Amino acid sequence: MSKDLRNYKLVIWRQASPQEKGGFEQYQVDGISPDTSFLEMLDILNDRLIKQNIRPIEFDSDCREGICGACGCLVNGQAHGPRQKATTCQIYMRSFENGDTITVEPWRAKAFPVIRDLVVDRSSFDRIISAGGYISVKSAKHADANAMLIPKPDADQAFDYATCIGCGACVAACPNASASLFTGAKISQFTLMPQGRVEREKRVERMVDQMDREGFGGCTNIGECEASCPKGISISAIATMKAEYLKAALSGRTESNASDGAM
Amino acid sequence: MLTVRKALTSTVGRKFIMGASGLLLVGFLFVHIATNLLLYAKTGESFNAAVARLWSLGSLVYLLELGLAALFASHIVVAITLKRGHREARPDSYRMSVSKGTVHNNPASRNMAVTGIILLVFLILHILQFRFGPGISEGYSVVINGKTERDLYRVVTEAFKNPIYVALYVAVMLFLGSHLRHGFWSAFQSLGVLAPRISKVIYALGFCLAFVLAAAFLFIPIWIYFDLGAGL
Repeated sequence: MSKDLRNYKLVIWRQASPQEKGGFEQYQVDGISPDTSFLEMLDILNDRLIKQNIRPIEFDSDCREGICGACGCLVNGQAHGPRQKATTCQIYMRSFENGDTITVEPWRAKAFPVIRDLVVDRSSFDRIISAGGYISVKSAKHADANAMLIPKPDADQAFDYATCIGCGACVAACPNASASLFTGAKISQFTLMPQGRVEREKRVERMVDQMDREGFGGCTNIGECEASCPKGISISAIATMKAEYLKAALSGRTESNASDGAM
Repeated sequence: MLTVRKALTSTVGRKFIMGASGLLLVGFLFVHIATNLLLYAKTGESFNAAVARLWSLGSLVYLLELGLAALFASHIVVAITLKRGHREARPDSYRMSVSKGTVHNNPASRNMAVTGIILLVFLILHILQFRFGPGISEGYSVVINGKTERDLYRVVTEAFKNPIYVALYVAVMLFLGSHLRHGFWSAFQSLGVLAPRISKVIYALGFCLAFVLAAAFLFIPIWIYFDLGAGL
């Protein structure tokens, strides 16, 4: 065990319910080992708060190893904190100096309303996915997984886009609260694969529609999403989404022209 | 057709309009500077001749002006609707916001609306000053090939003997450079034609283009004010 124990001043957003007006509260957290993770530090603080009969700070977390996308908050003005290609749970207190003031805020977007403290409602992402982020498959006999030939570079690129964990850091970091990187990555991963070609035009139209309906902002190509993405997904996904949208509009095989209206 | 309506309303579609109109306006700037480079000549003959040649197109000039006005209008109107959407998308701002480090997040990219508004105000002033400025009836005339033409060269050189106009034009051209620095690359990204391989090339090209265009326009008032052409 390290003897180097550190003290921090936390400035955290507290909001009891979606309806209530929130505000920042200050908490002194002393005796923290630098090997403590950021979320463990919040756990320690919460233990102390509970003992003092104060409502603990609500935050999302699940796997705590950077693969589930549940955690996420703005730490000192940066989505997922100071480290690149890392989630909030992968931040350790050694990233902060002894005596530092750490400001913690929830993701801010109209489409991500605050539920409580640092917890936001990201179901808008789910609705974008259900609008078109899937493929149709035959439900009969199991097909051989390798029956369809896919060029290795396409498979690799699709996989890079598919690493998106839907944490929402792209929206949080974007000055316009745009969900273009998330939506772009989801569209691109299907577009590159032969299995995704069937619903290609309808998919991009429906997913972009849903993205706009949820109240996300537009993309001004600032690139802050790419820098904040814990998986390092490239903004080339956004360019792909735009190219797909243009192609779909020109092809005429879009949702609005479909006679049955079904996908 | 519904797809056209969508292209005009979706965030993605509106960025197509921004990108396409922006690139066409860059094309216009090249045509503009091609003529303006003649202002660097020792006398106004070649510049006035070029202006006269343009006006010899007759009513086609008005058609071109109308097209140009439509380009500017679409670029500006769509930008306003997009900007409003961006603001609505984040009603509560952050207490702290720090970049995580990306080349595209810079003062040029963050202030496109500000530089755009400055350019719009400048554009109005610029058109009033030169397009609708003094002409033949005010005595600004010159005879080219036996025909009386407007002496636009004199209008320009007289304007740039005023240090206030020189300072204003130089400053605005810096904002133009800033607007193009992000805008050129951003247009390609918005039109979805950027593969990661060429993205960096286009971004670098955007810098060169912004630099060259801004510099070429920027030195005209300085050139005229200090009469640097006299030494040629």
